[in-house]
Amino acid sequence: MNDGAALGADSAPALAAAPGRTLTLKSNARRRMSESSIGAVLLLCGLVSILTTVGIVVVLITESIGFFREVGLVEFVTGTRWAPLFRDQAFGILPLLNGTLLIAAGSSLVALPVGLLSAIYLSEYATPRVRQIVKPVLEVLAGIPTVVYGYFALTFVTPILRVFFPGTGIFNAASGAIVVGIMIIPMVSSLSEDALSAVPRALREAAYGLGATKFEVATRVVVPAALSGIVASFILAISRAVGETMAVTLAAGATPRMTLSFLESIQTMTAYIVQVSLGETPHGTLEYSTIFAVGLSLFVITLSMNLISQRVTRRFREEYE
Amino acid sequence: MSEAFFDPRKKQRERRGRIFRWLCLSAVWFAAGSLVILLVKVTADGMPWLSWDFLRNDPSRIPARAGIRSAILGTLWMMALTAFTSFPLGVGAAIYLEEYAPRHWSTRLLQTNIANLAGVPSIVYGILGLTVFVRAFALGRSVLAGALTLSLLVLPVVIIAAQEAIRAVPRSLREASYGLGATRWQTIRHHVLPVALPGILTGTILSLSRAIGETAPLIMIGALTFIAFPPRSPMDPFTVLPIQIFNWAAKPQAEFHELAAGAIIVLLVILLLMNATAILLRNRYRREL
Repeated sequence: MNDGAALGADSAPALAAAPGRTLTLKSNARRRMSESSIGAVLLLCGLVSILTTVGIVVVLITESIGFFREVGLVEFVTGTRWAPLFRDQAFGILPLLNGTLLIAAGSSLVALPVGLLSAIYLSEYATPRVRQIVKPVLEVLAGIPTVVYGYFALTFVTPILRVFFPGTGIFNAASGAIVVGIMIIPMVSSLSEDALSAVPRALREAAYGLGATKFEVATRVVVPAALSGIVASFILAISRAVGETMAVTLAAGATPRMTLSFLESIQTMTAYIVQVSLGETPHGTLEYSTIFAVGLSLFVITLSMNLISQRVTRRFREEYE
Repeated sequence: MSEAFFDPRKKQRERRGRIFRWLCLSAVWFAAGSLVILLVKVTADGMPWLSWDFLRNDPSRIPARAGIRSAILGTLWMMALTAFTSFPLGVGAAIYLEEYAPRHWSTRLLQTNIANLAGVPSIVYGILGLTVFVRAFALGRSVLAGALTLSLLVLPVVIIAAQEAIRAVPRSLREASYGLGATRWQTIRHHVLPVALPGILTGTILSLSRAIGETAPLIMIGALTFIAFPPRSPMDPFTVLPIQIFNWAAKPQAEFHELAAGAIIVLLVILLLMNATAILLRNRYRREL
């Protein structure tokens, strides 16, 4: 009681001294003006992202219009030979698409099973401590620059492949696909783990109550319940593999061709764009405008995959409670 | 359900479960093992080349004399300029979306657009940078053109990270401030931002660490020419570590591959330092609210 009284007596002069530095209140009109101008400035910051999208679309379309006028959409989409830089020119994008799909398929073979099984391990089997350590370690894989993966593919994966498959070229689709697969594991494992962990406990307990083993609970109850999140993570990871550039440029080669063999040199859409920008092709020529046409195709493919992934998450989400 | 869920062969089912568990665990080991092998391989290749001379010398066509001074300085320039443009823009956009934006279809469009931009391949940003910054703005193949391109690339990630940090600030704080008569901006400036800042900084550092590993967009805007000198102004031509690595890794000679490994070690150490800073910041300022 005594203390309280003393404290009150002490703080009274402090309060009395305060008016010496009171807040100055600006007039309401001025405050409102500066408020609304701040809102406008912040909105402009947000609009930069819209401008970026518009910029990408406008650049890709306007710069490739000339190309499509000269070559024609039909030849571009159905042609099976891509050789814009040779004397005997050909502008069929299918070989580049073939290369890109080969990398996407090969990296999916690595990343989808490994990522999903890791996610199941983390959400169903691992103790919280183990999960806390392992999850960030796996995410480091996604943080390593892609050019480093290219180096790794070229100097480690390819030599090993050549021991097992002597006919393998120095540049081959397999080593590119393997390292891209390793790179996108964390996209699958982290996003799928989130989806698996979000499945309510009650569902698991009901299955246990019916006499299911842990394996049966995981594969027949939890995974189906989280399927939308898992599929979305798959699509996102594949879209990342499609857009991957440096690892495939270094490891998979620069030979656009129609093939299903992983041991040959191929070329992806991204690697072609890099090849042209490294070369001496002058700006404004038909050869140069190919990069915009290929870039446009790449943009359309990855954008639709991302949109599908968002749609899957929203549409097929199983709502609980 | 067509198949009967109950299966009395308990031994067999349990064994199947053990095999599955083992399979899941080996998937984790595969992923973690790949990381370890990659790091060991790079270290083994590059370690012998690491020396003060390697850090101090400029690139050279003779492996023994080659170094990465210009690449390191180029990377630092790039990092500073990218942070300088992407941080204010990203935080501004995040404040707008979290604190100002009305519940309206246009806001949802803005948000969807940001999410989609985060999924655009980096090489497409390179094409944008080449056409807009290098050509239309006539910035040439300069550090500034590269930094602006990378800023656009990391902007969506910065915005999303900053939004999460701002969203984590409790409502009661804002309401207390409004209750004392503060305006919206005063509330944000004096109460929301200081609390959200560590989170925002963490997110920004992490997205910047993505930017300094980027190679493709910078190759697109033409940074792959042989540059032996570090930039002196934002308008100078430049090279950065990832490009130097690509340059060396693409050469057939084994010595250049080892030089690439040496540069990779330096790049990974820089990334590690940035990530450690981000984690420290987060742990240090994680306040209970």
